[in-house]
Parts: sequence; C-alpha cells; structure tokens
Amino acid sequence: MSAGSVHRVSGPVLEVEGLEPGMLELVEIGEARLPGEVISLAGQYATVQVYAYTGGVRPGDAVVATGHPLRATLGPGLLGGVFDGMLRRLSGAPALLADGARLPTLDERREWSFTPTVEPGGRVEPGAVLGEVPETEAIAFRARVPHGVSGTLEWIAPAGSVTIEEPIARVAGVDVTLAERWPVRRPRPVAERLRADAPLSTGQRALDLFFPIARGGSAAVPGGFGTGKTVLLQQIAKWCDADVIVYVGCGERGNEMADVLEEMSRLEDPRTGRPLLDRTVLVANTSNMPVLAREASIYTGVTVAELYRDMGYETVLIADSTSRWAEALREVSSRTGELPAEEGYPAGLATALAAFYERAGRVRTLGGDDASVTILAAVSPPGGDMTEPVSAHTRRFVRCVWSLDPDLAYARHYPAVSWRDSSTRDAERVGEWHVARHEPGWAARRGRALRLLADADRLESIAQLVGATSLPDRERVTMLAGRLLREAVLQQSSLSANDAYCSAAKQEALLELALDLHDACAGVVERGVPIARIDELDLSPATRARDVAGPDDAAAVQAVAEQLRGEIWGLA
Amino acid sequence: MSVRAPVEYAGLTSIKGPLVCVEGVGGVGWDEVAEIRLDSGDVRHGVVLEVAGDLAVVQVFEGTRGLGLEGARVAFGGGPMRIPVGEAWLGRVCSGRGEPLDGGPPVLGTELREIGGRPVNPAARATPRDPILTGVSAIDGLATLVRGQKLPIFSVGGLPHLELAAQVAAQATVRDEPFAVVFAAMGVTNADASMMRDRLELREPSDDLVLVLNTADDPLVERITAPRLALTVAEHLAFDLDRHVLVVMADMTSYCEAVREISSSRGEIPSRRGYPGYLYSDLASIYERAGRIQGLAGSVTQVPVLTMPGEDITHPVPDLTGYITEGQIVLAHDLHVRGVYPPFDPLRSLSRLMRLGAGGSRTRPDHLELAAQLYALVAQARRVADLAEVVGADALSESEARYLTLVDAFEADFVEQGVDEARTIEETLDRGWGVAATLPARELTMVSEAALREHYPGERGRDEGPAG
Ligand SMILES: Nc1ncnc2c1ncn2[C@@H]1O[C@H](COP(=O)(O)OP(=O)(O)O)[C@@H](O)[C@H]1O
Ligand SMILES: [Mg+2]
Repeated sequence: MSAGSVHRVSGPVLEVEGLEPGMLELVEIGEARLPGEVISLAGQYATVQVYAYTGGVRPGDAVVATGHPLRATLGPGLLGGVFDGMLRRLSGAPALLADGARLPTLDERREWSFTPTVEPGGRVEPGAVLGEVPETEAIAFRARVPHGVSGTLEWIAPAGSVTIEEPIARVAGVDVTLAERWPVRRPRPVAERLRADAPLSTGQRALDLFFPIARGGSAAVPGGFGTGKTVLLQQIAKWCDADVIVYVGCGERGNEMADVLEEMSRLEDPRTGRPLLDRTVLVANTSNMPVLAREASIYTGVTVAELYRDMGYETVLIADSTSRWAEALREVSSRTGELPAEEGYPAGLATALAAFYERAGRVRTLGGDDASVTILAAVSPPGGDMTEPVSAHTRRFVRCVWSLDPDLAYARHYPAVSWRDSSTRDAERVGEWHVARHEPGWAARRGRALRLLADADRLESIAQLVGATSLPDRERVTMLAGRLLREAVLQQSSLSANDAYCSAAKQEALLELALDLHDACAGVVERGVPIARIDELDLSPATRARDVAGPDDAAAVQAVAEQLRGEIWGLA
Repeated sequence: MSVRAPVEYAGLTSIKGPLVCVEGVGGVGWDEVAEIRLDSGDVRHGVVLEVAGDLAVVQVFEGTRGLGLEGARVAFGGGPMRIPVGEAWLGRVCSGRGEPLDGGPPVLGTELREIGGRPVNPAARATPRDPILTGVSAIDGLATLVRGQKLPIFSVGGLPHLELAAQVAAQATVRDEPFAVVFAAMGVTNADASMMRDRLELREPSDDLVLVLNTADDPLVERITAPRLALTVAEHLAFDLDRHVLVVMADMTSYCEAVREISSSRGEIPSRRGYPGYLYSDLASIYERAGRIQGLAGSVTQVPVLTMPGEDITHPVPDLTGYITEGQIVLAHDLHVRGVYPPFDPLRSLSRLMRLGAGGSRTRPDHLELAAQLYALVAQARRVADLAEVVGADALSESEARYLTLVDAFEADFVEQGVDEARTIEETLDRGWGVAATLPARELTMVSEAALREHYPGERGRDEGPAG
C-alpha cells in the first residue's frame, strides 16, 4: 500500500501524485474513501477514474492504494440480494445512497451450515468441490478449491456452522474460506469450452419456436424505447429453465428494479416451489447512480454468473442495457482526452464488446462439470438507429439477435420480436438436439412457419395496394395463416395469467394448431370452397387458445385445433 | 446558499470564453459554486469545472463579457449549490435560483439541501401505485398518471402543451391525502409565464403550489438549476413531510439546449446533434428523482413537458427522455389543426405504469378493460380510415363505416374538453363507454360481460345494435 494526494479534479477523473500504483489498481480517495481505479500512469501522475460523485473532492485530499484491482467478494449470500455495480449490497442499505458508503457485499457474521463432501488426505486441484452450504432452499453453494491453490487437502472442517471468512479447509498450507475475491474484469478460468447445442427454454414462443438460443449462447435484444426490451428480458429472467439468473439493471430505471424485486419475491419457481428470488442475483446500477459503477456492473454481473457456473450450474446473465454501459465508457474516455472513434465512443468499443460476449459459453469447469453462462443483453439504439456503433458491433459478436420492431409495438403486438429482422445462429444445433430427442419435425416446422410469415407479409403489402379481394383464394389462405401465426402463436402477453409463461408442449401445440388450420383451409379451398365461406367461420377460439389454456395445457389447445379443423373441413 | 464563510480571491489569472482561472486558491473542491463580484457591483455565478493544485477553473454562467483580469473578486461557496427546504415554499413564486419573484421575503427553511439530490437506493424503492387524477379525460382515462411515475408530454412548437401542463398542474388531485404541486418553467416566454401564472391561480385557495420561473431572458444557469431546485423542494415535501407531490417541468427542450450550450462552451466533444454524450445521465439525474420509498407515505411524480424539434421523435431530447421515463403522452399537430384540445394522439401515447394506478378501487373496476378496448377500437378505426382513403368511404361496409363515426365521437365527446374543465373519473369513463357504444356490444370483445351489463349505455341487451 502507498499513499499520495489529489492534484487535479475534473469530474470523475483525477490526477494523483505521490503514489506508485499499478495499472487498474483500486485506490481510495479522501475521508469518504471514494473508490477509484488507476487508468493511466505518466511521470509523477497517475490518472484515476472514480466510482462516485466527486463534488467537493479537492487537491491535497489523501489517496490510498489498496494493492489490488477492482474486485468482487464472492460467496454465499449473493442469491436473493440486490447489489450496485461494484457488488456493494443495497438490500438493507439506507434509502438515499451516500457516496463512498461502506456497504459490504456479504454478511460476515451470518452462520452457514457447512457439509464437507470430501475426505482430507488426497491431492486437490483448483475447482475441486470441498463441500456445500444451502445458500437458498433452491440452490446449494458449492465451496471449491480457489484458483491458484493446489496440493494436499490437509484439513477439512467438519459438518457445522461457518461464517464466510472462517476456514473450511486447508490445502497445501493455504486456508480456504467460503468467500473469495475475484478481479471482475478477468474471466474466471475453465477447463475447456464445449459446443453449445441444448436449447435454453425461455418460455417465450417467439424465441423458443423461431429464434432459439443454446445454453451458453449469447443474444442481443435491440429496440427503441417502448418496444419491449425490458419486459421480454424480465419474462425470461422469471421463466427460463436455468438454475441461476444474474439480472443487471445497467443505467436503467429504479422503478423497474423495484418491480423485478417485488415480482421475483412473489412468484414461485415452478421447478422448486420456492420464490424466484431464491435463484436470482440482482445488480442494480440505475441511470442516476455513478456512471463508472455502471460501467463496472456488466463485469461484476458476468463474474457472479461465472461463479455459479463454476459450481456446475446453468446460469443466465441478463444485462439491460449494454448501450448504457457503452455510454459510460464513452463518458470516461472523453474525460481522459482519449481520441474518439465513431460517435465519440472510444476506439476500443468493439474489442470491449467482443470480450464481454466471449464470457458466454458452455464449458467443462475446473471441477469437471458441464455448465454454462448464457448472455442476454438489451441494446438501446439512439433514435432507433440500428447502424449506430453499439448496435452494429454487437451484431457481430452475438449468436442471436432478437430484434424488436417499433411498428409491432405500436400495434400492441407483444412481444414485438420481428420475424423479419431477428436471427439465430443456434437454430441448426438446436434442430439437431431435437432430432436426437426424437422430434425430427422441429426444424421443418420452424422453416415452414417462417416462410408462411414472410409470404403473408409480402401478400399483405400487395393487398394494401390492390385490395385483398383481388388476390386469388390460395394466396388469401396464406394471409390467413400469417394472421393465425401472428395472433395465435407469436403474441404472448406478459400480463396474462395463463400465458406469461408457455411450456414447450403448449408451444408446439399452438404452432401445430396454426399450421393445421392452414392445411385445412388450403385443403378446402383446393376443393373449390370459396374463401368467403372460411371468413364466415368464427376462428377466434384459435387466437384465444393461448390465453384460455393453462401454461402446460397442450391438450386444451389440441381440442381447439380438433374442433376448428372439423368446422373447416365441414365446408367441403 | 453557502455552507461556510466564503473566502474571496482578488483578480483573475486568465479569461477564455466563459472560463476564468483563479490562482492561489486553497481548499476549493470540484463542482463547488462560485460568485464573481465585479467592482461595478455586478455579481455573476459560476461553478468549478476543474481544480489542479492551487488553480481553479470556473465556468461563468452569465458569460465573461466585460470582465477584466483586475477588478473582479471570486468567492467560493464551499460546496455544490444548496437551498433551504420546508413548507415555507408552499404558495411561493421564485426564480431558478430560489430568489423570490412574488415580492415576499426570502424563503427560509428548516435545513439546507444540495440541489443535486442523492440517488434513491433501488432496493429501497416501492413500486408506484394509485393515480393522480388530472381531470383531463385523455390522460386519466387512457394514460393514467401514477404516483411515483415520470410521464412526459411530447409536443411540438405551436401546440398548446403549456396550457395542458398548466391545466394538469391546476386541476391535479389525490383523493384525501396531502398533496402539493411544484411547477418549474424553464426558458418560457414572458407571455407564456403570465398565462401559466393566471391558470395556476386556481390552486391558490389550497395553498399547495410552488412556482419556479425561469423565462427565456433569464440567466442560462438558472435553467439548469430550476428543475433541480424544484425537485429538492418536492423531495422534502414528499419524503420528510408525507405529501404526494406532482412536479411539472416545462420545457425540458430548453433545459437540454442550455446543457448543450454550456457543454459546447466547455469545448466538450459533442455526440448526437451537438448534445453532449452525457445528456442521458444528466436527464436521468432529474427524471429518476420521481418515485416512492418503502415505508414512507409520500411520493414524487413528474410530468416533464418537451417540444420535439421538427416533430421528430428520434431527436435526442425526446429520444433520451423516452428511454428514461415511463411512457409518454404525445400531442399531434393534425389534431390541433382540426381544433381538438387537448390534441392527444392515442396511438403513440402510453402510460407504462397504468395497470398500477388504475382499475379496481383505485379508479373504477372497468377502467383497464375499457381503456384497452378504446385503444383497440381507435387503432382499428385508423386502419379503416386508411382503407377509406384508398377505396373511398362509400365502398366501406356498414360495420366498417361505424368506425369512422367512432373516431369522431372519440375526439368530440371524449378527448375534447375545455382548458379549465375538470372532469371526474366517473364522467371520463362514462364518456368512454359512450364512445364504445358507437359499436354494437358484441363487437366489444375486450371488455367483460359484467362490465358491459353495468356500463354499456341504453336499455337494450348486449346483442342489440348501437344504443340511441
Ligand atoms: N410481452 C408484453 N406483453 C404485454 N405488454 C408488453 C409486452 N412487452 C411490452 N409491453 C408493453 O410495452 C411497454 C414498454 O415495454 P418495455 O419493455 O419497458 O420497453 P423498453 O424496455 O424497450 O423501453 C410496457 O410497459 C408494456 O406496457
Ligand atoms: Mg427498458
């Protein structure tokens, strides 16, 4: 540790003298001990960016180097909690946040009930599981040999109570505790990267049926304001079939975080019967909180996701919104006089985005488990302009783009996932996965539905010009099928009690319903039945089925299909 | 407005644009307020942009015109700008710096607070709920304002958004709970300022109004401080004194232009349309001050008003605002041209938190279904109108033609109202049913049978034609 003093203050950027820190070392400034990070060194001065409002910081204020980079304390007690971008605990903190307040991440006095899972005496390597504590009723926290430690397991604590800082084991002379510290900007190591092919089930039809993502994949959700990015990501956070969710509110609204917190405490995880909050870590660095902590929040969040991945869990990191993170980068680089590249963003933007999305993946952990981190991130393009740097670069590095269409949102077609502009590079692998599960028709059905949607769009625009009645009946059947796919399958209201979440079985049933009715209509039209007769039928049970049938009730949907199919064929 | 006896430094080291350098200072911190006192008696205001060693760079908000290196003394305020807070503000009119404009004595408060505020801990927030009723049908009925929400009005130059803002501020109520309105006007013309003062007189009897006025000819810096001052007063009334406080801020576009002007005079790298890259964070530091806090009775609700240059919703001011606020009320030029007041555009307007503030006992049980139905009907009517443009109104079927009647009824009987007409929520919803009844009950598929039985006008059963 060394001590120096402030020489120059300009917003969140300081020049400090009399200090010999390393690059990216964490320092503390003034009596309030505001945290800062060394971002450049030149001669006698170190440039420091500060993770707090610097009003009142003056030349001469003391600066203390901590000897380590920005790091997070990782241990049991993260699940169910709310933290800021530096992983300082906000749950239980005062209602108004003070700068530089000491808010420890974890409760150091809390007693955890530890159960060892190995015997002492053998040789252990980093990542090897030593024992576990029930962090929540849904998730066990698995204590592992930390990175950089290996050798003989000399001692292991017996079953009983431990705090996070008490030793639970000794490996080659090193005490191991439940808590560990990790520099958040560095990915946690893995044994090897594996191919991602099993789909993450999100419970959202527009995604699972049409633009699926593999566990360990990455997806961006670009869309202007009000198109539904936050609602979509929150739905996934609630209902996807991962073990652990890390939800990062990065530079967005405080009320939304309060809403997520309330909902997650209220809603029950159908798989464990426990509140969803038991499997969730919330990182909340809202738009009015210090902008540098916002920049860090993305890294903090993905580090926490990697922590649970390393325990063998399937984890999902949700970041809303990465554009706010990029803007934080821009704010800092402009203060340090860095030469700006596109739209004022630093030249390193693309590299930083690429490095972030690389932290997604399915892996073999050091402990030998097969586990994953999936990254889902909102992108908020200024003015809805998809060519701006953050949107454009993000597309290069993610596997799925779930593009939200403002016209669909205006028409209150939710989720406004565009079937034209969205894409997934995981579809083929997910298709193979379905084949292996004896569902060979999956990919063909998806392809047919996407083609129908595109054909219907094309016909729709012709009908706008010439009137629908001048189109041949066969084409009007295609338009009808497009409408069914949009209204009966793609639309899914987050407010619907029955349909906010949709099981795989009900998803398939709804898609088959739409395709079956298309077959039936095409069939009777082919036999000479005029389309006007079909138009007279009341097909509204098809569009109501998603709301009427419970989330797992494929049978109810199939019954509707049966009935309507009968009515249509009855025309012939 | 300062915390310690200010030390004065005589003479400036250099002047460049709006920036002055003062040498030999000690103990001056970043973002501290400063006063530049000229021998002529003139006083200017500034803020510390940068300090290095014993050199402070101060930005002078009123500009440096007429300033010399000699003949000026600089006093530093010892910290960011603070104002007194307390109930003494109620009934007062002041400038963007908090100086009285009503001929009364300076406002003395119970304590001093920094106008920048402190971020609310997201984990300590309570989600917004319950409405603030404005007496304006379009808002109460279709884009309900919820306590703790920030719901802006997006408008265009020449439309009556200031009238609407004044009407909302004058008429707003929260049932039987303690309430207050803080109105901050930024960069408005003197004519508009006096129009608003007249309208707001309606509130005088309840003595719960604070008016912060910054006209177009007032100092730029006060355009920056006005909303923050308003919010600091409001937060104290809400979270220390348990009131529900509505803060109306007009025109945020003038505010943003002031931010841009100051940024460019600092030589900062501009982002979109010359606005600084931190405009999002800057606006968030204002808008995010809306909300409720767990365990406290009061709330801060915001209605920012802004004009979209060139009616362009992708312009940085509406765009960044929309990214932070919880919905928007959009005023449309074509409705104004047709003489509809307020010129409320139902398709582009949305209160994202409406479900938390309307329906049930909060307003009336049928409210949310009726609103969803009206939105759907108006959207359908828009499509029919487009179709009529192509094929001609005569070619429409009877059921299609009814939609054209529906739009007329919607605009004339529901949206249209007087600038000083306050409607109860019952009247608003009943008028909504009147509009819906342009169509036969069986076509109203988004409302429940029970709601139809109770509210669909006329004696006839639900499978009959339109009432009347
Ligand atoms: N799946 C959905 N179901 C119902 N309403 C939705 C859905 N998605 C979005 N909405 C509506 O759109 C509004 C804006 O969505 P939000 O996710 O906050 O947008 P964004 O984050 O893109 O700005 C929500 O408040 C809600 O009214
Ligand atoms: Mg959002």
